[in-house]
This record gives sequence, C-alpha cells and structure tokens, in this order.
Amino acid sequence: MSAGDSCHNLAEPSSTIGLDPSVRSLRHYVALVGPPNAGKTTLFNRLTGLRQKVANFPGVTVEHHVGKARTTAGREVFLIDLPGIYSMEPRSEDEEVTRDVLTGAKPGIGQPDAVILILDATNLHRHLLLAAPILSLGLPTLVVLNMADDLAKRGGSIDPAALAAQLGCPVALISAATGQGVDKVQQFLEGSSARPPATAKRVELPILQDLPGCRRWAGQVGSDSGYSAPAPPIWTRRLDSVFLHPQLGPFVFLLVVISVFQAIFSGAQPLMDGVESWITLSGNWLGAALPEGVIRSLLIEGIWAGVGSVLVFLPQILMLFLFIGILEDSGYLARAALIADRTMSLVGLQGKAFIPLLSAYACAVPAILSTRTIENKRDRLATILIAPFMTCSARLAPYLLLIGTFVQDRPLLGPFLHTQTAAMLGLYLLGFLAAIATAQLLRSTVLRRQQSVFVLELPPYRMPNLRSLGLRLYDRAFVFLKNAGTVILLVSACLWVLAHVPYKDGQPAKLEDSVAGQIGHAIEPAIKPLGFNWKIGVGLITSLAAREVIVGTLGTIYGIENADKDDVNLQQALRKDLTPAGAGALLVFFAFAMQCFSTIAVVRRETGGWFWPSVQFVYMSVFAYLSAWGTFVLLSR
Amino acid sequence: MQLTFNKDSKAPGATALEDISSLVDLRCGQAAVLESLEVESDLGRRLMELGFFPGGDVVAAGCAPGGDPRVYRVDGSEIALRTETARFLKIRTSSIRTITPPKSTSSRS
Ligand SMILES: Nc1nc2c(ncn2[C@@H]2O[C@H](COP(=O)(O)OP(=O)(O)OP(=O)(O)O)[C@@H](O)[C@H]2O)c(=O)[nH]1
Ligand SMILES: [Mg+2]
Repeated sequence: MSAGDSCHNLAEPSSTIGLDPSVRSLRHYVALVGPPNAGKTTLFNRLTGLRQKVANFPGVTVEHHVGKARTTAGREVFLIDLPGIYSMEPRSEDEEVTRDVLTGAKPGIGQPDAVILILDATNLHRHLLLAAPILSLGLPTLVVLNMADDLAKRGGSIDPAALAAQLGCPVALISAATGQGVDKVQQFLEGSSARPPATAKRVELPILQDLPGCRRWAGQVGSDSGYSAPAPPIWTRRLDSVFLHPQLGPFVFLLVVISVFQAIFSGAQPLMDGVESWITLSGNWLGAALPEGVIRSLLIEGIWAGVGSVLVFLPQILMLFLFIGILEDSGYLARAALIADRTMSLVGLQGKAFIPLLSAYACAVPAILSTRTIENKRDRLATILIAPFMTCSARLAPYLLLIGTFVQDRPLLGPFLHTQTAAMLGLYLLGFLAAIATAQLLRSTVLRRQQSVFVLELPPYRMPNLRSLGLRLYDRAFVFLKNAGTVILLVSACLWVLAHVPYKDGQPAKLEDSVAGQIGHAIEPAIKPLGFNWKIGVGLITSLAAREVIVGTLGTIYGIENADKDDVNLQQALRKDLTPAGAGALLVFFAFAMQCFSTIAVVRRETGGWFWPSVQFVYMSVFAYLSAWGTFVLLSR
Repeated sequence: MQLTFNKDSKAPGATALEDISSLVDLRCGQAAVLESLEVESDLGRRLMELGFFPGGDVVAAGCAPGGDPRVYRVDGSEIALRTETARFLKIRTSSIRTITPPKSTSSRS
C-alpha cells in the first residue's frame, strides 16, 4: 500500500523488518507474549527504539511486528511483538496470529528461539494463568513482571527470586514505561540466562485443560513467592463513578466532544492563520525571486497553491489526533465501548466493534485491521464494511474548508457552541448514522445475525504519557507533511500541466479548453444534478486517491485561474463557483463516498478477495451520489 | 454444546433450587460466590481465563448508563458482560453479601 493518504502509514509500519526465510537460521528471534494490555508493545518499543502503537485498552496490537534490538554488549536480537492472548486457545484472529507464531506455524518465521512472557504485576494471579501454557512450550523463557511502578505505588509487592524458583525460569520485575529493571531483560537477550538456572528443579505444571486447576496452581505459585496484591485503583473507581454514571456519564462525554470540536475551530485558528500567512509570505517571496515564466507559474500557481492549501489544516488535524490519543491512552475508550454497546446491539453489533469504529475517526485503515479482535466472523465483516463511513481525519480538510467558506460563524449556545462547530458535529453524526444504518441493512440481509457475546476487560485509567503522545503527534505531522510533499505535490504539478496543454500558437490553452478542463467538462453532466461544476468534478476525480487531495486540486485550479489577480483566496474563489446548496451536497458526498485507495486495499487483504471491497465501493458511491443529489434538491428549493 | 462447570463434583441437585440465582441479581456493591457457568464451553473457557471461576468471588461493580452491560470485579480485574450472558453465571443466593463501597473490595482467592 503506497497510495498516499495521510493515515495508512501507522498500519503498515515501514520501520519493522521483513521476514526473509533464507536468513532465518542466522537470526535469534525472541517473542514477546502476554495477556492483552500487559505492556508488551511498550517494552518492544523501548528495546527496539521503534514506535509501534501503545494504548490503554486490550487488543491494540493485532499483527506481529519484528524489530531489531541490540543488547548493551552488542548482540543483535530480533524481537517479535505479538497480539495479547489469554491462553493458547484463540477465539479471534489476532489471537490466532500469536498462537501461530509461538507454535512455528507462521510461514517465514518458524518457532521463536526464546520467549519473553510479560505479565501485569498488579494483577499477577490471573496473569500467571498464562504462564502454564507458555512454559509448557519448552522454549527458554524469561518471565517479566511489568508495571513495577504501579505495583509499588499501590502498595503491593512480590519477590521475583522466589517466583523464579517456583517457575524454574528467570523472572524480572520491571517497568517498561519508566525503564526500571529493563537491564535484566537485556541480560536475558544477551543469552546469559537463556537457560533455566542449574539449581532449579523441574517444576510441576498443571494440566492445561483443567482451568480451575491452573488457577489454583497460579494462586499457589503467587502466594509462595510472597505476592501481596496491590490496593484497588482508587482513581479508576472515582472516575468510573462519574463516567459510567447513568445521567452524568453521557453528559460528560457530550461536553468533552463539543469542546474538542470547538477547540478545533477556534483554538486552532491562530495556529492556522500562522501557517497560512507563512505560506503566503513564502509564496510571495518565491514569486519575487523567480523570473516571470513557466517555471514560476508551475511553482506558484500549481504547486504552492495546491500544497499550501492542504498544509493550512495541519494544526487542526493534529488537534484531533491529540484528542484521540488522550482518549486511547487514558483508558476511556473501553468505557466508551461499554456505553455504546446498547446502541450497537440495536443494529446487531456489539460494543467491542465500537473500538475500531472510534479509531476510524483517525483513519479507517488501522481501524479495519483492529477488527481482528472481534471474535465473531460476521460481526467482524459488518464492522469492516461500515468503518469507512466514520469521519476519518482525511475528511477534516475538505470539511473545514467548505464549512469555513459557507457557514456563517455565529454563537449558537453562547460562546460554547458555534454554528460552524455544530455543522461539523452534524457531519460526524451523519457518518455515524450512515454506518449504523448500513450495519442494520447488512444484518437483515447478507450477514444475518449470529449469537455474539460481548466480553470486555476494562483497564484501569492511566495518565497519558506526554512523551509518547508527543511522539505520536510528531509522527502524524511527519506523515502529513510527507504526503503533502509527495502525493499532493505530484497531483498539483500534473494538474498544472494538464491545465496548460495543449499549446496553441506558443500560448498555453485557456483553462476551460485545456485537457484538465475537457476532462472536467466530460463528467460535468453526471455531477451537474448535484450542483457541481467541472472544476469540482476535477477535484472529485483526484480525490479518489485520498480525500484531502481535493483541497490541493482546488487550490491549484483557482491558483491558475486567478494568476493575474492578487490575493484571491480559496474561500472567495469557491463562493463564486458553488452555491450553498452545492456546498451542502459536496459535504454529504464526502461524508459517504469511499475515496481512499488504502482502505480498499486493506479491505481486500482482510476479507481475502475483491468481492467485499467492490461491493463496498459501489454501495458507498451510489449512496453518496444519491444523498448528495437529494441534499442539493432539498437545499436549493 | 452446553457445558456446566460446577464448583465441585457435587451433583447439581445438591443445592436447593431456590438458593440459586444469577449474577444479574447482584446489586451494585454486592458480592457473591460464583457457583457455575452455564454457557457454551468455548465461552466458559474465556470467562474463566478472565477470572470467572466457580468458587471465586464476584463483585457487581456497576453498569453502563441504561443498566446494560454490567461491570463485574473478578480476580483483580473489571470485566463487562451483557445481561444476556450474566444471566447464565449462577451464584448461590445465600452467599450474597453487601460490601461497603469505599472500602477495599479486592477479591483475594
Ligand atoms: N504504569 C505503567 N504503565 C505501563 C507500563 N508499561 C505499559 N504501561 C501502560 O499500559 C498500557 C498498555 O501498554 P501496551 O504496551 O500497549 O500493552 P500491550 O501488551 O502491547 O497490549 P496489546 O497490544 O493490547 O496486547 C499503556 O497505557 C501503557 O502506557 C509500566 O511499566 N507502568
Ligand atoms: Mg501491543
């Protein structure tokens, strides 16, 4: 997947290492195994220096990722980060990945050479349940007790040496988040303690099929190692009594969402103005420095106008990601899924499907991957099919542009809710409702309801880690800038060329008669009923690659059109070309259309064929077209 | 396939019928001893992996606005279940006791 949108890069980590079977025998692979949310990825990132996604809810990692770690003594080890499991008996596809890697069934990797079993030290008894099946694999194993900081803070304790004697393998008490004790993991990777210490007797493991027996064993092992459980997380209880309160809970949620959107509009405005004036200034400077001619026109009216008009939205997109990051890292997301379960069950889905849907507000691609945690196959497919309706961050730029241009900003509920914010919220709601309606449709036709069970573990709330939040925003900004510097730049440049050829008598064609103009005019009959003219049509074509490209395209077209005038901005130009009804139709079209190559590619991969992505594309396109048409007709009366 | 995981090998009839109720009957802040899981064996396994063991303590910790799903505190973690599932997790009515909310409610086993 190399098509450029601003979001898919998280899902396809270019930084992790491909698995080449020919070098497998030369490499030392160590798998990171553990129950969900135990901190596997946190440790993986710390050891490899990579930035895989960490968040505070179970089921964040859904694929195996390989990364290279170098121990302090210089040994090279390949770490495999895995999805969390509760046992070696998978119930969902992400758990299958882990089982396959551990048993050596995954092609290209083979069985790992050693295992690091990561358990949450604040919940040791239950997490020790997993020790029995993992130890019985017979691989050299290090047991890591993570969250040492949390354990100490809440007054619990454990004697790692005693536990090591009980389990017959080395045990390290660490905090992956702070780095405390990680040197012991380094030592293990070094190979010094890859084998059980010679003194350890062979330990008796319980019969794996007998779960109550395993639990008794875990309890015994725990208490024999002097484990004293920590006090319950008081803050989690206090916060939950607000967030899950029958009336207060939903109210607080609404309050937070509204203020975030208000912040995106008004709070980001100074930043946006800053970016905008910087772009204008640099454009003017460039214009003054270059001699009049083709090159200058290409750079200023083509590329600068195209790329610049997208760059303006960077601050707002980052604010959205900051908000999503806080939701995910704090642990609130699992509560949101709990609250949403009621609504989701009305359309035959379960609350767990809400987690991918919420992360689809950032981008549909990782969201579709994370549906792997949904156990029921039909639930999973239905969630994949509705996820692209959720308002992803790529829609933000066209939404902001059109709303900023066509909606008068007036206070609606005092200073708290403005009309523009309300319009934005309305569009988010619209996407969600379309998703729900589609789910209902699927459930009553092709994907008839199956018994599905909702079981969700609620993690304790944690303070979002500022460093990792900052790094995530940084990565996000980088992806956005890279996308602007590649895809949008390329599209703008091509468009500029297409808008100037064919040359007649040594003069470029007029915009209307250029190739771009002709293409636009060719599809104009199809989009005229929606209130769009040929320029919007060109934007619709280029935005098939990724939604925000339309903003760049319009920037370029109007840049060329108004090359001789000074200071005509995109908004003013748009107002001349679109009626408010047409703008409404365009917004609705963007809310529903599946304009994203990366999403199509990932749906193909996850559903194993072209059937579902084709159905989805056709369905969403028709849905978008008809709704846009309806909107235009309604609004222009 | 329906499997019943009983707390001990005692025949199911050994406890008086009226003494059996389900997790749904627990009010917020009440605890009880889990008696059996009358669910499909796959799901039963997963529930046990999450801490629902026959003979273990379960505390009703709360619920989503609207009353469903419910949140239970078992074996050191909080798990949310729908009422339709919780109904099949049986408890002995006589084991129900009220825990004063702000006090420590951790269930040690
Ligand atoms: N206090 C504390 N929090 C930690 C520590 N290690 C990880 N966390 C937090 O625990 C949560 C889960 O961390 P992850 O690394 O995503 O867990 P994981 O095991 O990869 O989870 P899955 O991918 O869902 O299986 C995050 O909120 C981390 O910030 C630690 O040592 N101390
Ligand atoms: Mg992970």
